[in-house]
Amino acid sequence: MFGSDKEREDPEIGGAGMADIAFLLLIFFLLVTTIDVDTGIGLQLPPKSDQDPPPIKTRNMMKILVNSQGQVLMGTGETEATPVTQVKQNLKDFVTNRGQDPNLSVSPDKAIVSIKTDRKTPYNVYIDMLDEVMGAYQELRNQESQSQFGVPYEQLKEGSERKKAVDNAYPKKISIAEPNK
Amino acid sequence: MGHFEKKSAKTKEDIPMAAMPDIIFMLLIFFMVTTVLREVTLQVKVDYTQAQNIEKIEQKRLVSYIYVGPQKLSGTKLGATKIQIDDSIIEDVAAVRNIMYDKLKEQPKLIVSLRVHDEAEFGIVTDIQEELREAGALRINYSTKQEQS
Repeated sequence: MFGSDKEREDPEIGGAGMADIAFLLLIFFLLVTTIDVDTGIGLQLPPKSDQDPPPIKTRNMMKILVNSQGQVLMGTGETEATPVTQVKQNLKDFVTNRGQDPNLSVSPDKAIVSIKTDRKTPYNVYIDMLDEVMGAYQELRNQESQSQFGVPYEQLKEGSERKKAVDNAYPKKISIAEPNK
Repeated sequence: MGHFEKKSAKTKEDIPMAAMPDIIFMLLIFFMVTTVLREVTLQVKVDYTQAQNIEKIEQKRLVSYIYVGPQKLSGTKLGATKIQIDDSIIEDVAAVRNIMYDKLKEQPKLIVSLRVHDEAEFGIVTDIQEELREAGALRINYSTKQEQS
């Protein structure tokens, strides 16, 4: 009849490929699980207090107002319409004035940024403005860090003495004013 | 003379590979178990704004999110601007205070990340900020994506 005198193959599944299968699965999981890191602009809200804030000289307070049409107005005395792209430079001039211009801040330590919005302010304009404000401080701190320690601000370790020194040179004093009701 | 043959050691020199798949499986199971994906089903539409000078929040467990945007209705329709915390829509802004106060008790270093639709009006964000001040959760973060410049 048929050539049935062949040797029967033993019906076992080879375990050699098992490692490869596991490896594939492992690599798949390693690649697919992305832990998305939240990025954004951090702020510290002013704490709730019943006391009136201490009086601040007008020259030390940069008022930034974003109105309902999405226009940005800024200034220490009278606010005037400013293009968003100009906010950073204005703020840098204001903070680094060190008492030269009588209408701008006395020292970076005393410079305060007060942000005021309207109920109908578009959110993206507000964020653009805040981005500019943060950018101004970022650049100033970077300059300070470069001139003092010769390294960019990003390279200073969190909580280190150097970082504290730079932060204290240009403290971020941003206050959120009560909105117009 | 008696000639002694030196017995050579008969130990195998290769490491047995039989346990390799088990090791890999262990790793695999470890990864499968430890990666917790806290997926929140968004009931509001959030398109992130973009900004350049942004920071990363490294400590994920400190963060809790508030989503603000137009409510997703059936189909592609969008409704009024609503607030969502975790998995539910908050109808009343005043409820934010209690929710965040409880979260703050659990996690004193709480960071509240506001994920706001970029075309929303700022008034609702103002209301949320006021509630957060009342609750004492003062560290906030406006969630934005990195601007490609």
